[in-house]
Amino acid sequence: MQVTMTVNGTGVTREVEPRLLLVHFLRDDLGLTGTHWGCDTSNCGTCVVWMDDEPVKSCTVLAAMADGHRIRTVEGLAQADGTLDPVQEGFMRCHGLQCGFCTPGMMMTARALLDRTPHPDEAEIRAAISGQICRCTGYATIVRSVQWAADHADGAATAGPPSADAEDLGHAGEARDAVPETTGEERHATAGSTS
Amino acid sequence: MTTVERPPTRRAEEIDNDQHPVGHGRMLRKEDPRFVRGRGRYTDDVRLPGMLHMAILRSPVAHARIVSVDTSAAEAHPGVRAVITGEALAAQGLAWMPTLSNDVQAVLATDKVRFQGQEVACVVADDRYAARDALELIDVEYDILPPVVDARHALDADAPVIRDDLEGKADNHCFDWEAGDAAATDAVFADADVVVSQDVVYPRVHPAPMETCGCVADFDPVEGRLTLWSTSQAPHAHRTLYALVAGLPEHKIRVISPDIGGGFGNKVPIYPGYVCAIVGSLLTGKPVKWMEDRSENLTSTGFARDYIMRGEIAATKDGKILALRTNVLADHGAFNGTAAPVKYPAGFFGVFTGSYDLKAAYCHMTAVYTNKAPGGVAYACSFRITEAVYLVERLVSRLAAELGQDPARLRLANFIRPDQFPYATPTGWVYDSGDYAATLREAMRIAGYDDLRAEQARRRERGELMGIGVSTFTEAVGAGPRKHMDILGLGMADGCDLRVHPTGKAVVRLSVQSQGQGHETTFAQIVGEELGISPDDIDVVHGDTDNTPFGLGTYGSRSTPVSGAAAALVARKVRDKARVIASAMLEVAPDDLEWVKGSFQVAGDPGRSVTIQEIAMRAHGAGDLPEGVEGSLDAQITYNPPNLTYPNGAYICVVDVDPGTAQVRVRRFVAVDDCGTRINPMIIEGQVHGGLADGLGMALMEIIAFDPEGNCLGGSLMDYLIPTALETPDWETGFTVTPSPHHPIGAKGVGESATVGSPAAIVNAVIDALAPYGITGLDMPLTPSRVWEAMQGHPTPPI
Ligand code: FES
Ligand code: FES
Repeated sequence: MQVTMTVNGTGVTREVEPRLLLVHFLRDDLGLTGTHWGCDTSNCGTCVVWMDDEPVKSCTVLAAMADGHRIRTVEGLAQADGTLDPVQEGFMRCHGLQCGFCTPGMMMTARALLDRTPHPDEAEIRAAISGQICRCTGYATIVRSVQWAADHADGAATAGPPSADAEDLGHAGEARDAVPETTGEERHATAGSTS
Repeated sequence: MTTVERPPTRRAEEIDNDQHPVGHGRMLRKEDPRFVRGRGRYTDDVRLPGMLHMAILRSPVAHARIVSVDTSAAEAHPGVRAVITGEALAAQGLAWMPTLSNDVQAVLATDKVRFQGQEVACVVADDRYAARDALELIDVEYDILPPVVDARHALDADAPVIRDDLEGKADNHCFDWEAGDAAATDAVFADADVVVSQDVVYPRVHPAPMETCGCVADFDPVEGRLTLWSTSQAPHAHRTLYALVAGLPEHKIRVISPDIGGGFGNKVPIYPGYVCAIVGSLLTGKPVKWMEDRSENLTSTGFARDYIMRGEIAATKDGKILALRTNVLADHGAFNGTAAPVKYPAGFFGVFTGSYDLKAAYCHMTAVYTNKAPGGVAYACSFRITEAVYLVERLVSRLAAELGQDPARLRLANFIRPDQFPYATPTGWVYDSGDYAATLREAMRIAGYDDLRAEQARRRERGELMGIGVSTFTEAVGAGPRKHMDILGLGMADGCDLRVHPTGKAVVRLSVQSQGQGHETTFAQIVGEELGISPDDIDVVHGDTDNTPFGLGTYGSRSTPVSGAAAALVARKVRDKARVIASAMLEVAPDDLEWVKGSFQVAGDPGRSVTIQEIAMRAHGAGDLPEGVEGSLDAQITYNPPNLTYPNGAYICVVDVDPGTAQVRVRRFVAVDDCGTRINPMIIEGQVHGGLADGLGMALMEIIAFDPEGNCLGGSLMDYLIPTALETPDWETGFTVTPSPHHPIGAKGVGESATVGSPAAIVNAVIDALAPYGITGLDMPLTPSRVWEAMQGHPTPPI
C-alpha cells in the first residue's frame, strides 16, 4: 500500500507492507536511524517520535497509521542551520546521556513537555519520561538536562553543522515553517548567542 | 593518602572545562554532538548494499531431545535465501563453539535443547519480516525431557543429566572451587563469642542494555575477508575466537564495534547469533544482519548472578569481626558461559572478605548446570564481586543488629586501616590502597547520619517504617596481571598506539571499547594531561581491530585501570622522545630540560623553551635529527598491570516502607566513591548514577525467574521490570581520593562500583525499616508482595 506523510517537514510517499511498523519505516525505508528500537512490548521508549504534536512510540504505530500525518524525529530537532534545540544542548551540558541509545526518544518527549509546560518541576519531568527506560544514567542527569533546557529556552544554543541526513529528511528545513506546530521556532528565532 | 574533597555544587556541575582546556577535569563529552543529533552509528544502523536479514528459531521448551527439523516449507517461502540447521553446521564442524570458560556451547542445537530460548535453526531472507515469517514454517519435533530448574536439586541422584554431550558426564556438576583456609577459619569460629549466620540469595538478573545484541557479517568471497560489525565489548578477543572457531585466518577478519547502546557485560560473550550470521554470509555471499529482539535478549543472552549463599560471621561480643565462612551454590545454566579469567571460575568472589581486617576466611562453592540460559558474569558485576559484597554487607549489618550496635560504627571499628596497605586478605588478594573510614565518614556527613537516626526513632514511635541502610565495599578491578589472568589463553593486557601529527594534533588508538562510558573524552584527557595538548586536539580511535592494537576489551571496570595506564605511558614514551628532539632544538643536554605541561624548558631559563607542537613539527621536518631518533613522534605500548586496582565506596540509603501496601520508596541515596585519581568527574558521577539505578532495580524489581517447567518468566520488559524515572531518587554523590600506588596516574576504575555496592545498602535499609516486625532477612527483589508477606510472618521463599 502507499503512504504519504510529512517527515521533518518534507513530504514523502512510499509503497509499504500494511504491517510495517513506523519505526522500521523511518529507519529502514527512510534511513533515519536516529530513532531507535529497544523492545517488543512498547515499554522502552527508545523509538519515540512526534506524530503531529504528540510524542508516540513509533514501534506501536504502523506506517499506514501515519499516513497523512506529520512526523518529527530527532533528526528534525535542531534548526535547519544546525543550531541545536535547547534540549539537545541541555543533554550535552548536564551529561544526560551515556550510550546515547535512549537519548533521541528522551529528547523528543522532553521537547513536547516543554512546549506544553515551559517550566516543569522535577516531578513533572519524571512523569513525562516515565514511559521510557534509560539503562545508563539513572535519570537524575536527564532531569537536570530538561531543567537546563527550560532555563535556557531562548538562548545558549550551539551552532553546528546542519544535520543533513538520508534523503534530506534530516532537518526540519524550510518546509517545516509551513507546518503549524509548536516546535519552538519563535524561541529559535531569537536564539543566537552562546552562553 | 586520602584527601576528602567536597562534591561540586549543582551550578558547577553544569560548567564544562573551558577553564581547564588541558587534561583532567570536568569536560563535556566529545561524543555527544553526534548522539544528540541522532547521528550515533549503532550496529543496526549499518546498511550495506544487498544486505540480507537473519532471524533465529528458538526452543519453546527447557529440555527436549530433537527428533526432527523440517525446513522445507521455510525454504520455499518467498524471500528466503537460506535456512540453517544444527545438522548443517555439524557437517562443517561448526555446531558447537567454545565458551569463554573452556566449556562448549551449541551454536544450533543438534541433539537436545537445553534451555528455553536456545538456538535451533535460522533463516536468512531479503528483509526482517520475511525472515520472521519463515521461522513459523520450520517444523521441529521435540521429545520433551524433564528439566532441572532448581539448582538445589541439580545434583540429586535422579536428576536428568543435561550435559550428556560431554564425554562420560553422569551428573550436573559444573565445578567446585574454594578459597581461604578452612581449618584456620573453623578454629576462629570455634572460639568466637558470637556467630551469626544468614542465608542470602542473589537471584538471576539480566543486564538488558537498551540496545540488544546483533551484528552485520560481510564475507567477501574474492578477498576471503570477513568484516563483522557487532555489539562486542571485546572486539580483539572476539576476532581471535572467530579465527579459532571458523578456521578463518585471523588477518582476514576485521571486527568493528561501532557505537554500542550499553553493554554492562551482556556484550562480552560470543553468541550463537554472531556465528550464524557469519555462516549465513559465507553461504549467500552477501552481508547478513542479525539483531535479536528484546525477548531473545532477556531469555538467551548472558544473565548475571544466580548465587544461593550461606554466610557466617564470627565476632567478639563487643563487635570485633574475626572471620567469615561461606558456602555457595552457583547456577550456571546449561553451558558454562561465564566470562571470567580462566583461573577464576567463580570470578573474583574471593574478595568476599570485603573491607574488613579479618583473622581468617573460607569459602566453598559448588557450581551446577541447570536448564536455563548460559552466562553468569554480566551486569556490571566486576567478576562476581557484586555477589561477594552483597553477602558480606548483609552479614555485617545483621551482626550489628544482633549485637545492638550501629551498623556504620561497627564498620568503622573493623575496617582495614590506611597504614595496613598493601593489605593481603585471608583469601590471597593484595589490596593496593584506601582509607575506608574516611570514605564512610564522608558518606555519613553528607547523609546527616546521626540526624537520620534521630528522625527514624521519632518516626518509629509514630508507627512509620523508615529504614537506614549502610553498605561499604572494596572492588577489585583492572584485570589483570598476565601471570594469573587470561581469557582462553589470552593475557589480560591492553595495547595503545599514539601518533602525534606534524602540527601537534594527535590520534590515540585503544584496544578497549566504549559502550557509553565516554572513552573518546576520557582517553583524550589522559593523553592531553600527559602531553599538554588540548583533549579537543586528540582523536580517540577504538572498536576496530584493523585500526587498533590488540587488547582484551572493556568489562570488569578495566578500561581506566589497564588501558588508561597504557594511554598515560604511551604519552610519556612520546614525551621522552620529544625531550631528545627538544634538547637538539635548544642545544642543551636532555637532562637540562624540564617538562612544563606542553613544553620543554631549559632548567633555570624559562625564556628558552619549545612547545610539544614545535617539537612535533621538528620530528617530521627537514634536516638532521639527533642521534638515534628516527623521526616522528609516534609510540606504541602494551600495558601489563602489575596488580588489580581496588576502588572502594560507602553508601547510605534511606527508605520508607508503606505499612499499608509494603511499597518501598528510596527517599535518599548517598554514594561516596573512591576511585583514586579522577579524570573526568562528570563522567565518573554519571557512571555512579547509572550503577545506583541498576542496584535499585536489582534490590526492588528485577528478577529472571522460571516456572517448574523451566519457562522463563522474565522474557519481556513487561515482566522484567527496570527502574524508570519514577522509582529512582535524585542521587547524592561524594568522593574521596586515594590514588592507586601502582597505576601511572593513580586511577582505579569506577564503572561497576555502584552496581556492586548499592543493592546491600537498599536491602539493609528495608530490613532496618522492618525491624519492628522482627525481620532480620529478606531476599531480593523487594517487591511489595514479598515485603508484605514478610511483614505478615510468611516470607515467600527466595526464587
Ligand atoms: S521500541 Fe520499545 S517502546 Fe518502542
Ligand atoms: S544513555 Fe544509554 S540507555 Fe540512556
